[in-house]
Amino acid sequence: MPDRNINWFKYAAPQRFFTLAGAALPWFSALAVVLTVVGLYIGLVRAPTDAQQGDAYRIIFIHVPAAWMSMVVYLAMAFWAGIGFAFNARMASMLAHALAPTGALMTALALWSGSLWGKPTWGAWWVWDARLTSELILLFLYIGYMSLHAAIDDPRRADRASALLALVGVVNVPIIYFSVKWWNTLHQGASVSLTRAPSMASTMLIGMLVMTLALWMYCVAVALLRVRVIILERERSSAWARTALGALPA
Amino acid sequence: MTHWSSWSDFIAMGGYGLYVWGSFGAAALLVAAELWQIASRRRELLLRAPPVHHTHTGTPNES
Repeated sequence: MPDRNINWFKYAAPQRFFTLAGAALPWFSALAVVLTVVGLYIGLVRAPTDAQQGDAYRIIFIHVPAAWMSMVVYLAMAFWAGIGFAFNARMASMLAHALAPTGALMTALALWSGSLWGKPTWGAWWVWDARLTSELILLFLYIGYMSLHAAIDDPRRADRASALLALVGVVNVPIIYFSVKWWNTLHQGASVSLTRAPSMASTMLIGMLVMTLALWMYCVAVALLRVRVIILERERSSAWARTALGALPA
Repeated sequence: MTHWSSWSDFIAMGGYGLYVWGSFGAAALLVAAELWQIASRRRELLLRAPPVHHTHTGTPNES
């Protein structure tokens, strides 16, 4: 059926999305693995030592991609939670629910690697500056979203309540992003911007962008993997889900 | 090809090995933990709801 008008709404049915996610999963996983290997090679082997920070700067190849993804995943989570809330679309809500742990992981990784970078360069593991504090609040938003969802037994009610929390929390994302401009922070400003030339060597920039793509593909892959489990958990009373459970490798 | 002269040089990271490997090591651990968590969630699902195989012929309404 070479029909150019794809009916995206048909994927709002969990059964169809389950199949689609299963088909897309190997591609995103393979991309994540290949890009990670290439990105680590560029970042840890090929990129030159920084004149000011020595090799401590190599933390940038995990820190910046993780920090970017912590915000991207939050926006995606809030988007799907909002769609689920507005249109009563349970597949969208399940997608939002599947993204939350991965977003929390990216946030924790950004904070942890930032702390390990702060110690040798600033002399402190942690400071209460606007960038660090707003990123910590992002972690609490993820944890709050997951806790609220887990605390309500009826999944549809849990979706609605946690969607509101996710949507209110969106206000924190621009605060994180612009914190280094709005306040006088110890955290440095953006190294990469869409409006001016990057302030770093091209090998470093390429390594950082490849690692960002790698983490992006990882987030997609792992969210698809998790959403398939969530679909089966929620739909297990239906005949198709029980058949799919039988087909799953143990 | 690279500026690392040996493996130990690479591991030392110019004296910042603890910080650099602490960051990348944490990333590896978190990814492993996440994949393990999803796998165990799926195992639990299989244990809780024994799958119905294709021999199923009943009405969709039976539980």
